[in-house]
Amino acid sequence: MSDISMRTKAMTLGEIGLIIVFIALACFSLLVASKAYDPGYAFHAWLFAAASCVAIFAIFNRYHDRPAEPPPQSIDGKPNYNFAPVKFMSLAAMFWGIAGFSVGLYLACEMAFPVLNFDLPWIAFGRLRPLHTSAVIFAFGGNVLLATSFYVVQRTCRARLAGDLAPWFIALGYNFFIVIAGTGYLLGITHSKEYAEPEWYADILLVCVWVTYLLVFLGTLWKRAEPHIYVANWFFLAFIVTIAVLVLGNNASIPVSIYSPKSYIVWSGVQDAMIQWWYGHNAVGFFLTAGFLGIMYYFIPKRANRPIYSYRLSIVHFWALIFLYIWAGPHHLHYTALPDWAQTLGMTFSIMLWMPSWGGMINGLMTLSGAWDKLRTDPVLRMLVVSVAFYGMATFEGPVMSIKSVNALSHYTDWGIGHVHSGSLGWVGFVSFGALYCLVPWLWNRRELYSLKLVNWHFWIATIGIVFYITAMWVAGIMQGLMWRAYTSQGFLQYSFVETTEAMHPMYIIRALGGGMFLIGAVIMAYNLIMTIVAAPRADEIATPAPALAPAE
Amino acid sequence: MTASTPGRSLWQRHQIIEKNSILLLIGILIAVSIGGLVEVLPLFYLKSTIEKVDSIRPYSPLELMGFNIYVREGCYLCHSQMIRPLRDEVERYGHYSLAAESMYDHPFQWGSKRNGPDLARVGGKYSDDWQRDHLRNPRAVVPASIMPGYPWMEKKPLDPTHIGEHLATLALEGVPYTKDMIDDAVADAWAQGSGDDASPDFLKRYPKAIVRDLGGNKGQMTEADALIAYLQLLGTQVDFKIYDDKANIR
Repeated sequence: MSDISMRTKAMTLGEIGLIIVFIALACFSLLVASKAYDPGYAFHAWLFAAASCVAIFAIFNRYHDRPAEPPPQSIDGKPNYNFAPVKFMSLAAMFWGIAGFSVGLYLACEMAFPVLNFDLPWIAFGRLRPLHTSAVIFAFGGNVLLATSFYVVQRTCRARLAGDLAPWFIALGYNFFIVIAGTGYLLGITHSKEYAEPEWYADILLVCVWVTYLLVFLGTLWKRAEPHIYVANWFFLAFIVTIAVLVLGNNASIPVSIYSPKSYIVWSGVQDAMIQWWYGHNAVGFFLTAGFLGIMYYFIPKRANRPIYSYRLSIVHFWALIFLYIWAGPHHLHYTALPDWAQTLGMTFSIMLWMPSWGGMINGLMTLSGAWDKLRTDPVLRMLVVSVAFYGMATFEGPVMSIKSVNALSHYTDWGIGHVHSGSLGWVGFVSFGALYCLVPWLWNRRELYSLKLVNWHFWIATIGIVFYITAMWVAGIMQGLMWRAYTSQGFLQYSFVETTEAMHPMYIIRALGGGMFLIGAVIMAYNLIMTIVAAPRADEIATPAPALAPAE
Repeated sequence: MTASTPGRSLWQRHQIIEKNSILLLIGILIAVSIGGLVEVLPLFYLKSTIEKVDSIRPYSPLELMGFNIYVREGCYLCHSQMIRPLRDEVERYGHYSLAAESMYDHPFQWGSKRNGPDLARVGGKYSDDWQRDHLRNPRAVVPASIMPGYPWMEKKPLDPTHIGEHLATLALEGVPYTKDMIDDAVADAWAQGSGDDASPDFLKRYPKAIVRDLGGNKGQMTEADALIAYLQLLGTQVDFKIYDDKANIR
């Protein structure tokens, strides 16, 4: 051990252990594939077997190429950050974003023109819709969260990411989970719990990935060179831990057989409904809010080059937000067979939730104090700030819709779809785009983005698209809600159900138009980011001096 | 210790948590546990949560297969099964839904969006033939419908081989399937779905189950048969002429 250079290369325990696990998984998958009750499940078993073999090959290949020593924690006194998995996740986010938005656009067209279902089982609305929601929330949003959390935790702790193979297991395992979940929906393999549709075996994979994620995140926090844990990391930690609890609770199920993709959720009826929306609303609260607030707390101060407006406000709104959010689920079940006391609790806490939500918005917006002028010149910062404005709008609309008398009108209608999209397109989408526009030049060591002008185009096309989308859904939702309850002067119901469906046709076309614009914006972003990686000048290159001015003759 | 120094502000005390990831983790776990526990746990022991209605029985094997097709195709994404106690809904769809009516649904199918009408009481509203035509091509019977067509469903043979395992799994989760029901599940599925005369045993196990030719070919069952058997059962298990809602006030 005295002479490091003499040390022979040996496999680490992690490498050996993972190879054994993947060999076992490959054998088990082949067994399942041979006896599966259902061809879709057999296909998934083959995918698991193939992925295990690829993983074994990748570990050997990496071992062959790597130096004997593990990568140093720091080089020349500077932390040796591990950005390769972050790069992978950023690119994955870009890919899944465009895929998820495209499926959404197709669904919007199916609703306007049902012939587009083509009477095929795989692309019927009921099977495609979970593909859209999972692709945008978990594939796009999830990869953005993984990428940004791993970037932020390293930078704010000034420490290299914990683990050697673990970050790659998370990056690849999570994306493999997405593939299994998504192909499963098209094949009709689903739990039918909204936003928790993947079946039991996909859930087991997700839990393995998620626990590793928590350990890597905590492990990096433990290595930090700063005494304080930065506020963005509180939000990321709350997101990771709470999502683990929610997923375990909502997906508790017993498979019919290990050879069957089908399982039965242990909860039923009214209890299942409560647990579903305890999960469902907090998937919004912790996945789409807490996690993305973590992004806001790093990228807005960084991009604006200003400190966070109020540290105390961040403490108060952090604890209030995570405490209150959990209670809000029953507002999805107003006037249902859920007992009244639970509905009332859900409504009360949803209204209270308005305050900590706006605490976050105020903290984000006021960070711009003294730097508002940058909104004119920096479209990336403008995107980030507008996302916070949409956050504020959606978190005001939410409490309003949670009031029982409002909900009696809005529930079951497209108002809900509009509300979700003002939050997801405006807040989650824009804050993700802003973060990706910041991250890509940083990760690939580029001086700046390929084109700020294209960011500007993205911003305006997507913003107008969102406005089309949400106004169309407001009109459609309120109109349909009012038509359902309309009475003739003789006291009969005025409209049949299908008349309300017909009335929404124009709004569905406008919605598809808005969604299409949002997708075009994302494609522009992908082009811009790829060109940034391929063609933008490196940050450490010396800028070419401007050519000497020639005097006019 | 400085921590107990009087006058030390809350903000300074909070720094203890800011510097310790495990304390932060525990704090988060406590904060997010309370709401869930208060709202979920009582639903399992408060007797008033689910009304007492004797006539509700678990699904027959064929109906269960129909339920699973309903789940598989994502029908719940466009059709709710939850009639709210609002005047227009009760007049449009029928008596408001009881918690008891979905007590054997694993998972619940209340839904959250109505791109199509509520189905909680669709059972018996339309004929089997109407349901079959509608599944084949919704626009043939409702011209402005935006529902996808499922013409392949009446061509896809139904395979009840493993349905006994499904019943056994549900029995583990508390659905009152007896050993006989599980053992005879495949035979019961055939008895109900092929339109032959069902044994008295079958009707004793699953009272009021429809046993008739659901429109498919004799001696052969398709997925459409199972789905229609399920749809025709929806909302028919409680006789509201004798149901006493005052006795079950929530």
